[in-house]
Amino acid sequence: MNDKLSPLLAKLMGLFLLGLIRTLTGAQARWQGCPPKAEQRIYFANHQSHADLVLMWAALPEELRSITRPIAAKDYWTKTPFKKWITTAVFNAIYVDRAKTGDQDPLEPLVEALTHGDSIILFPEGTRGNHEEPQKFKAGLYNLALKFPGVVLVPAWINNVQRVMPKGEVVPVPILCSVTFGVPIALGDGEDRGEFLARARQAVMDLRDS
Amino acid sequence: MNTFLRNLSPSQQVGLLFVLVFGILTAISVAAFVMSLKDTHEDDLHTQKLKEFNGVLRTSWLMSTVFWIGWTLGETVATVLFGLVAFFALREFITLSPTRQGDHRSLVLAFFVVLPVQFALVITRRFDLVTVFIPVYVFLAIPVVSALADDPQRFLERNAKLQWGIMVCVYGISHVPALMLLKFPNYEGKNAFLVFFLVFVVQSCMIVEYLVGRRLQRPPSAPNVSKSFNWTSWLIAVVAASLLGGLLAGLTPFKPAQAVAMAFIACVSGSLGHLVMKALKRDRGIPNWGKRGVGVTGASGLLDRVDALCFGAPIFFHSVRWYFGL
Repeated sequence: MNDKLSPLLAKLMGLFLLGLIRTLTGAQARWQGCPPKAEQRIYFANHQSHADLVLMWAALPEELRSITRPIAAKDYWTKTPFKKWITTAVFNAIYVDRAKTGDQDPLEPLVEALTHGDSIILFPEGTRGNHEEPQKFKAGLYNLALKFPGVVLVPAWINNVQRVMPKGEVVPVPILCSVTFGVPIALGDGEDRGEFLARARQAVMDLRDS
Repeated sequence: MNTFLRNLSPSQQVGLLFVLVFGILTAISVAAFVMSLKDTHEDDLHTQKLKEFNGVLRTSWLMSTVFWIGWTLGETVATVLFGLVAFFALREFITLSPTRQGDHRSLVLAFFVVLPVQFALVITRRFDLVTVFIPVYVFLAIPVVSALADDPQRFLERNAKLQWGIMVCVYGISHVPALMLLKFPNYEGKNAFLVFFLVFVVQSCMIVEYLVGRRLQRPPSAPNVSKSFNWTSWLIAVVAASLLGGLLAGLTPFKPAQAVAMAFIACVSGSLGHLVMKALKRDRGIPNWGKRGVGVTGASGLLDRVDALCFGAPIFFHSVRWYFGL
């Protein structure tokens, strides 16, 4: 692809996707626990569909979208050249290997992004759940919170996305979705890993009915 | 005054109507703005009422603008705009009716096949098909798709919900632009008045019912469904709105008595339809289709505004066509 053309194409694709997502789902952001603010943040949310990433991206206001990078599962989002192009050029995503390979730390790309001052969107369950309640959170969130004490941790609940496009379907159906952002949490002094992760998971679940 | 109006061309008459409607809306908006300056208490009951009223006002602006754009750009664009309204209304309806994975294909069919086809039928003036396409063909096709999804759990209930959503949101709303495309002899270019007549009469009926209900304080007739509905104020509202319809006969192709009868039909079906929609909302356990924080979804509450019209339009349309043999 032409070097001059591709940023323009990415921009157009972004606009098209935003329009599409808003028409289908409304992509409403409800800032309940904190205002949308340009500080360095880790948003962590429940994970039920690959579309979660897209919805979170669309729900953020324009100014935050450019400094917030979602985490994408490498195996799914690099499967075709188109998916790869969309995640890199439009979403500016960070790829994470879900299958652990050798001695490489899967958190490394996240650490790098946070060091650069970017905000990130994290799904601490690791894989998509299809239950009512989110699964247990993986340790990544804890490790990042420990490493970057200055970054604000914002819980988020994504509602309804799994109904828009259930597993195995291709055509999305228009159903209203929303993302609720809660009160930021912080890692306590010497807080136990399991305790913190349970508290973070509870913070996400509390947003479900609010 | 009357001769002045009669000497205007149809499009000038319709234009005048819009100037009038937008003028009234502007006046009310300015008044509401001034009122909002006066109040400072956040959780005051009065402020709460004002907020609610502002919501209604915004919808009125939106709907009037949609009508205006539709009128200036022609019937086809108007029909497409109503198609969009139907799309958003159905989206709201489906969001609040729990569906299962097995419903996915039926939903795709409803949104991306049934809805466009119905509005295409309206644009091409195939009115016989417009009337039967959804109640006959779609009614039988949707369960077939659902059955093929191989999920028998609560099958009847899930299908009924989807059928109802399509019936109210797509079928009902599609009859509003259909009115604009109906060909009356000696009435070319004035069909916008027919839509205005329907909307105005039905909305007046709802407002009168609300005001009379507050004044009379009668016990509700169906308290579990609606705290405000009672037969006395309903009857007063329907009669008042029908008479109002008679006064508007000059705008329509009807004679005064016919206009009263048509307004009566529209008001009865519209106001009772509103009651039915209330029952559906109670069943879902929500006060509004789109109140923030209650419906969880952040829907815009479009369905709350158009539900009376959804029931009124098809019956009004059919009565007009049938009686005048169009």
